[in-house]
Amino acid sequence: MSPRIIHIALNTFREAVRDRVLYNLIAFALLMSGGAVLVGQISIDIERLVVINLGLTAVSLFGVVIAIFIGIGLVSKEIERRTLYTVLSRPVHRWEFIAGKFFGLAGTLVVNTLLMAAGVFVALWYVSPHLQKSDVWLLVALYFIVLQFLVITSLALLFSSFSSPLLSAVFAFSLFAIGSFAEDLRGFAGMTHGVERWLATAAAYLVPNISALNVISQVAHEQPVSGQLALYNTGYALFYSAMALCGAVLIFERRDLK
Amino acid sequence: MAAIEILGLEKTYSVGFWRKRPKLALKPLHLAVEEGEIFGFLGPNGAGKTTTLKMLMGLVYPSGGSARILGKAINDPEMKAQIGFLPEQPYFYDYLTGRELLEYYGQLSGLSGKDRSRRVGDMLNRVGLRDAADVQLRKFSKGMLQRIGIAQSILHDPRVVVFDEPMSGLDPMGRREVRDLMEQLKHEGKTVFFSTHILADAEALCDRVAIIHLGELHRVGAVAEITSDLCARVELVWPGKTVPASMKALGAECRVSGDTVRAVISKANQDAALEVLRRERLHLVSLTPVRASLEEYFVAQLNPNGVAAGARA
Repeated sequence: MSPRIIHIALNTFREAVRDRVLYNLIAFALLMSGGAVLVGQISIDIERLVVINLGLTAVSLFGVVIAIFIGIGLVSKEIERRTLYTVLSRPVHRWEFIAGKFFGLAGTLVVNTLLMAAGVFVALWYVSPHLQKSDVWLLVALYFIVLQFLVITSLALLFSSFSSPLLSAVFAFSLFAIGSFAEDLRGFAGMTHGVERWLATAAAYLVPNISALNVISQVAHEQPVSGQLALYNTGYALFYSAMALCGAVLIFERRDLK
Repeated sequence: MAAIEILGLEKTYSVGFWRKRPKLALKPLHLAVEEGEIFGFLGPNGAGKTTTLKMLMGLVYPSGGSARILGKAINDPEMKAQIGFLPEQPYFYDYLTGRELLEYYGQLSGLSGKDRSRRVGDMLNRVGLRDAADVQLRKFSKGMLQRIGIAQSILHDPRVVVFDEPMSGLDPMGRREVRDLMEQLKHEGKTVFFSTHILADAEALCDRVAIIHLGELHRVGAVAEITSDLCARVELVWPGKTVPASMKALGAECRVSGDTVRAVISKANQDAALEVLRRERLHLVSLTPVRASLEEYFVAQLNPNGVAAGARA
């Protein structure tokens, strides 16, 4: 990897960790994990299920909010504030800038996920002090959540490369919401005919398949996740993110920074 | 070899949301900036100065033409290691301290660890920000931001420095500091290319200037050469308070201060004015040529409607 990408990524990470909003969101996610303990205590025999479900959902949702909130400004804010001018007037390729921004935010999200996951594990330990063999699937669920973040970050970056932060946020949230029902959309496509079938199938495969990356309920019920799914999800998330990033680079390479 | 060579660079933007229409920002521009000179790129707001500089920096793509800096095409990122750029009204990452910002730019410019730290320290001293080195930029004043902006532009010891309106918004002391720094850069053998609409700065600093208006180049040359095109004038001074009516009839601008009269008159009427003084038995104290300023050139050549009078490329 080019050292310039690493420097841009580290600076993006530094920007994120110096943003107070980030800590508010993390604190809120940790509070939700704590709240899950309270809810768990009034749910006899299913405390673990409630803590895992609520805790991991909080990690996922707040991570997505952070990914979109920071991701939408990664390029557009730099153009608006003209901070990009002094970066691109140096020996830095535009694609290196996009890649650096992506890795910087991805790194931030991984660290945040670890912090928020630690909160979930503490909550889990509180309701059930003994580790179980099935707890290892929590790590797989967290890994899938990180894959979700990569997809959402790349989409936020794609939208940020050509539209305003507000529109980028609307686009990215919409795709996340629709993608959460991607499996249903694919099922619907299978029930239609003719042109509608083509259109519905295209839409179903174009939106990110967030639902496939969500195994929270499965692991909460102590069901294992197959290695094949892990492999498929990894390949899918990396491919989808790479495509979105290529789109961002293609747009950004042609853009005049007025 | 010219440090900056612009060969027919032009730019047309598309404006409008639904129905795109072309808007000409810069007509084909031909310009050469020699190595080691301070070159001023002058023009009123909206003349096309910033667009030109952004094209040179690869921030905006030209619609036509080409340009070379130090013999290399402007789309060659490696060439940029030899260039320093200060944008207009710069805004930097305000969550960084001055030192962190320079470290970051040093990394992007490819400076290695020890060399980078030494240069960052030197640069903070040079622009007078040593005491504020570890203060976050969000607490910097406008003048301090301009200084850190200049520091980042010369941190990597570039051969060509491009400044976009470097004195804009600065107080007189700040402007003086920037002017001094530009002169130092020239003494170090660097080429300084800067845009401004503050003509006094250009007159004080530039070896040569180019004047651009409404996207079109009007003149290139030394300031004295350009202003000499204006109608040459002379100033006559004589003692007393008497201003002959025939002197006014010659179009003289007369001013009485104390016991002295000063009259500015076109050089063509110089002999007639001297004859008037002789006839009125007034004693001439001095006769000096009046040098026109760039401001007068602007007023005379670029009329308010934006149509150049007597324009020459």
